[in-house]
Amino acid sequence: MKLFTKHHNVLPGFGPTMGYTLLYLSLVVLIPLSALVFKTAGLSWNEFLEAVAAPRVLASYKVTFGAALAAAGINAVFGVLVAWVLVRYPFPGRRLVDALVDLPFALPTAVAGITLATVYSPNGWVGKILEPRGIKVAFTPLGIIVAMTFIGLPFVVRTVQPVIEELDAEIEEAAACLGANRWQTFRRVLFPLLTPSVLTGFALAFARGVGEYGSIIFIAGNMPMVSEITPLLILTKLEQYDYQGATAIATVMLVASFIMLLVINLLQKWSRRYAE
Amino acid sequence: MSIEIESINKQFGSFTALGDVSLSIPSGELVALLGPSGSGKTTLLRIIAGLESPDSGRILFNGEDTTESHVRERKVGFVFQHYALFKHMTVFDNVVFGLTVRPKETRPSKGEIRDKVTELLRLVQLEGMAKRYPAQLSGGQRQRIALARALAVEPQVLLLDEPFGALDAQVRTELRRWLRRLHDEIHVTSVFVTHDQEEALEVADRIVVMNKGRIEQAGTPDQVYEHPANPFVLNFLGNVNLFHGRIQSAGEGQPEADNSVSYVRSHDVEIDRSQHDSSSLKAEVKHIQKLGPSVRITLSINDSESFVEAELTRDVFQNLDLQQGEQVYVRPRQVRVFAEDYQI
Repeated sequence: MKLFTKHHNVLPGFGPTMGYTLLYLSLVVLIPLSALVFKTAGLSWNEFLEAVAAPRVLASYKVTFGAALAAAGINAVFGVLVAWVLVRYPFPGRRLVDALVDLPFALPTAVAGITLATVYSPNGWVGKILEPRGIKVAFTPLGIIVAMTFIGLPFVVRTVQPVIEELDAEIEEAAACLGANRWQTFRRVLFPLLTPSVLTGFALAFARGVGEYGSIIFIAGNMPMVSEITPLLILTKLEQYDYQGATAIATVMLVASFIMLLVINLLQKWSRRYAE
Repeated sequence: MSIEIESINKQFGSFTALGDVSLSIPSGELVALLGPSGSGKTTLLRIIAGLESPDSGRILFNGEDTTESHVRERKVGFVFQHYALFKHMTVFDNVVFGLTVRPKETRPSKGEIRDKVTELLRLVQLEGMAKRYPAQLSGGQRQRIALARALAVEPQVLLLDEPFGALDAQVRTELRRWLRRLHDEIHVTSVFVTHDQEEALEVADRIVVMNKGRIEQAGTPDQVYEHPANPFVLNFLGNVNLFHGRIQSAGEGQPEADNSVSYVRSHDVEIDRSQHDSSSLKAEVKHIQKLGPSVRITLSINDSESFVEAELTRDVFQNLDLQQGEQVYVRPRQVRVFAEDYQI
């Protein structure tokens, strides 16, 4: 097998490192996931369908994946903007803003959830302003999007930022010499070069949004059929000792997320077709 | 189109990149800005392009002041040392970029654009490469695409910043000959920056030698090579061939000044076994270095600390049959004397 032929690599010990990698991945990722699938396999086909396609469950998929997509989309736009500003414009306090971006990474999600719920509730700082204008954020699907946007922001900023830093100034100068205005330069020259990293950031933010639990349940209101996310539904099933029902839903989420990530990866590969 | 550069000054912090530089470039000429790094040649080129703005002074295109106009409006073609191709676009899209960013009214039709690309790719001898990406091309090919891209917008002026600097020696020689032929074909006023004197001498109609933000001399390759205005120009244009010794006794017909320093190019040094005349100096052969077609000989002048480098053709060297450690006579064939002690 080609995998095990001897390569003269700078890193010594291909055997032990590869063995450790496989062991580690098995223990941490593969075994728990296969346990999930095995547990689900105990269900009959009809039971499985009943568990994963109940109206309340279907509604929760829509809320979870819809909100995660929306939040990742918002982050893709504003994350690029934040990254651009942080790289291109020197301003006082830039390092502070740069550090702030990482805050959603570090903050316990429950803290973030309670804070967001407080701020956006009808008598919170922001909610007070939005409420009279007919915009309800807390305890609606919109609140879920807000929470997912909050926790997903650093993913886009941190993947796009180094790419913007690496952009060659000469490329912009070349575009200007050829008569392109600044918008044309951005849209036709710079943005296509950023696309792969934006897609990566989008995928990461999306995956994080789908899996998020802690920060959402405080702001979502958790109304069945309206603002109930799938992870919460899984937890509810667990509390009712319906382990197989819980794993069945989890399996569906796993497969859906996997397909989504695969599609985004293919898109990313396509957007980098010039590099081959 | 002619370019007039009027007393341009440019500071970067406390560093004077350009100090009161004036130059006029006649229409249709191929001019080389030649100088060591830090001499301000690239800054001058970027100011002509409008990529940099001068602290004071004016740039005139065809007598019209363009100092304040944006790089977009100057209609210059700029070729960068590292190509600056758009790597996510095919060769075709790179070349037509300048045409497709035009407003709808002045944008050529799809058919015209296709014809234009075919014509330009023929001009740069890369027909059939339209569908490739820059990553699939060699360095020399990329630079030719960059040139085609710059020419697509029919620039009034073509500016090249060390266009062959990133290429290996052979491709470099090939491309500079090709650039010369191309210029003879299209006659667009061109300025190119280089630190390679050979390149400047071979390609340019006129050479502008720069040093420390100033122009040392401007003239045809013959003028600057045969009649260098000062030791810097002499030294820079004969870089490798310079004879570093200070010869105090000047030859006949040379001014005899107390403080004069004489310069002799190393290929103007004659080596003989017998004393020729009073300008011959006794020297010892210290080192012999064979460099392809020529042979470089380092000699130490007897009764002094100074060393002399002579460059002989292989033929002359073989006839002389010089040996290391041998005593010979050296004689400068052509001496240039500059009155004061000039700091290089």
